[in-house]
Amino acid sequence: MEQIYSSPATHCKLISTRKEAVNFLLNYSKSLEIHKVQGMTIENNLN
Amino acid sequence: MHSTINDATLVRKYISGDERAIEELINKHNQRLSSYIYSKVQDMSVTEDIFQDTFIKVISTLKRGAYNEEGKFLPWVMRIAHNLIIDHFRRNKRMPKYKGNKEFNIFSVLTDDKLNAEKQLIKDQIDQDLEVLIEQLPKDQRDVLIMRIYQDMSFNEIAENTEVSINTALGRMRYALINLRKIIEKNQIVLTN
Repeated sequence: MEQIYSSPATHCKLISTRKEAVNFLLNYSKSLEIHKVQGMTIENNLN
Repeated sequence: MHSTINDATLVRKYISGDERAIEELINKHNQRLSSYIYSKVQDMSVTEDIFQDTFIKVISTLKRGAYNEEGKFLPWVMRIAHNLIIDHFRRNKRMPKYKGNKEFNIFSVLTDDKLNAEKQLIKDQIDQDLEVLIEQLPKDQRDVLIMRIYQDMSFNEIAENTEVSINTALGRMRYALINLRKIIEKNQIVLTN
């Protein structure tokens, strides 16, 4: 049986990305501005 | 506590400028998405990198108004993450990354040919001592030894250069080494690294 279920248990580990990484995304979102000028889309990051 | 508002509503709120909506979306799907990425890459820092890259694409697409509302939000995000995971493995295939662990020490197969600072100092000292010893050899033997060891010339080239037969050049080299050993023994010099 052990040989059949040989993949490590860690493969099903439930994890979450750290708060710092999430905060980075929130700051990125706040600083990102999209401008549409003459049919062109321009991304502008204020950071 | 995650939001009970459905994804489509949160997406609409975010597109209309509510920054808290993206926070709710990220927190709501953080565990599911992170666990999915981790199950594939088995590395926490790579997981976080891919998680961030996924949401950077999500944010950019939503802000540009390029998101297709007909699709479901989470499957769309998972698809972006899935493509980034594939990119990660493609990159690593071109440039494989090896990490050590308890069972396998990466430094057991990686070697550095360079001497460390202490051994380099000892080697320099030995080289200097050897130069002094070589100076004490008779000129014909010294020339052959210098040409062979320092100038990396073949015995054929040495013979041509010194205008002697190849056997004479070989003989001079042999005597140069014998005499060098004698000088070392006589002066009780230790040349080791």
